[in-house]
Amino acid sequence: MNIFKKFGLGLLISLFLTISANADKIRIGTEGAYPPWNSKDASGKLIGFEVELAWALCRYIGQQCVIVEQDWDGMIPALQMRKFDAIMAGMSITDERKKVITFSQGYADEVASLAVMKGSDLEGMDTPEGVNLTLGGSGVNKALKTITGALAGKTVCTQTGTIHQNFLESGDVGKVNVRTYKTQDDVNLDLASGRCDVALAAAVAFTDYAEKSGKPVVLVGPTFSGGAFGNGVGVGLRQASQMGEDSAQGKRDAALLKAFNKAIDQARKDGVITRLAIKHFGFDASM
Amino acid sequence: MDLDLILNSFPKLLSASIITLKLLSVSLMIGMFIGLFFAILRIKNNIIFGKIAYVYSYIFRGTPLLVQIFIIYYGFGQVEFIRESFLWIILKEPYWCAVIAFALNTGAYTSEILRSAFQTIKPGYIEAGKSLGVANKIIFYKIQIPIAIRQSLPAYGNEIILMLKGTSLASTVTLMDLTGVAKYIISTTFKPIEVFVIAGSIYLFMTFIIHNLIKFLEKKYSF
Repeated sequence: MNIFKKFGLGLLISLFLTISANADKIRIGTEGAYPPWNSKDASGKLIGFEVELAWALCRYIGQQCVIVEQDWDGMIPALQMRKFDAIMAGMSITDERKKVITFSQGYADEVASLAVMKGSDLEGMDTPEGVNLTLGGSGVNKALKTITGALAGKTVCTQTGTIHQNFLESGDVGKVNVRTYKTQDDVNLDLASGRCDVALAAAVAFTDYAEKSGKPVVLVGPTFSGGAFGNGVGVGLRQASQMGEDSAQGKRDAALLKAFNKAIDQARKDGVITRLAIKHFGFDASM
Repeated sequence: MDLDLILNSFPKLLSASIITLKLLSVSLMIGMFIGLFFAILRIKNNIIFGKIAYVYSYIFRGTPLLVQIFIIYYGFGQVEFIRESFLWIILKEPYWCAVIAFALNTGAYTSEILRSAFQTIKPGYIEAGKSLGVANKIIFYKIQIPIAIRQSLPAYGNEIILMLKGTSLASTVTLMDLTGVAKYIISTTFKPIEVFVIAGSIYLFMTFIIHNLIKFLEKKYSF
């Protein structure tokens, strides 16, 4: 056997070993750029609420997991192309996303909020504390009207492909000059530099940034929930029908949905979600 | 393949390519002036100006375009005194940040292309001018520059095509160019293949036009 054959055989064996070692692991995709939901520490290790929750859920499911990093704008396509099996990336459960993927039950809920730099003329906006778009009513309509007036002529920044972008483009707050960014970090940078007059994201994303950077970022207006903002954050999974429900892959996807739902039930009952939420958000965001 | 999506997104992508072309033409025009200026600095025998021109082209050819855009856009945005100066009026706009980065980048390459073109002009042409008693200035404008531009056409055509593809990086600083709109459509439809295939074809078509235009010019001004 010459050297090339030996080398080739070695390569094949190692390839086979890697594939078989990963075959039964659940691969979970996360962004790693949306603190405190998920982010990376200085050494590049993934950290955050969802990373710890993912490990906990995997223990309940009783299967090994790998956490995979994926840019937000390619998250759903990557799931569908089987780069990983589940999304845990602060992804809210919305009807729009449900057309292409499926979700487990929600494990945490976030409210969205507008944010400005201290000294902005948007500070002190006269609105109720919280606006639930699903409930509606005259109070909500009045608040939306106030916000429409306040945002007119302003550059509003948000991350691409998020519920926040959907809301700004829904027409609920008139025609807004929206600028979209690849990551929330970029939104924060441009909010601080003054290129953005106001930004929209999860309220905790701004408070976390203000705390860590020391920049005078303040929340303004009401907190938003319901409607375009979806029904909490859940684990995004492939629809079993994507590969055919009777196929081996389709069956595996269906089983994963059941397993995650059960694991979330158990984690909730044991208080794991609440404990992790308080650790990372400072309040109980579990649901 | 989702035919509806292709039909729906095609007009949107087509109108987005206008921004791409605008970015390309504006930065090429500014870049041409920068390039010509630094190329002339290089061929004049002034050590200090020659070195400055060399360092400029060395830095901009030696760092990725993406890094240059990020420094100009996010980097300068972090500096307090730039934000408070008059520069901020321009640097506040993503469009001008992108144009500045592209123009400086293509300017560096253009200066190298033109420099080598100047240096390959046969001394005989200049001597012919001199023996006819033509002034040095006129030799430069009427003999050296036209020949240099003709000599550099093939290489410059390449640079235009590279720059066209480089403009796709404008989407990283929130500009809605062809790539930016493609990404936007993907973020709502979750179907990257169809959209990127169309966007790619539009780029290919634009390259086709540029390529043939340069070929035509080469033929027209051949000697």
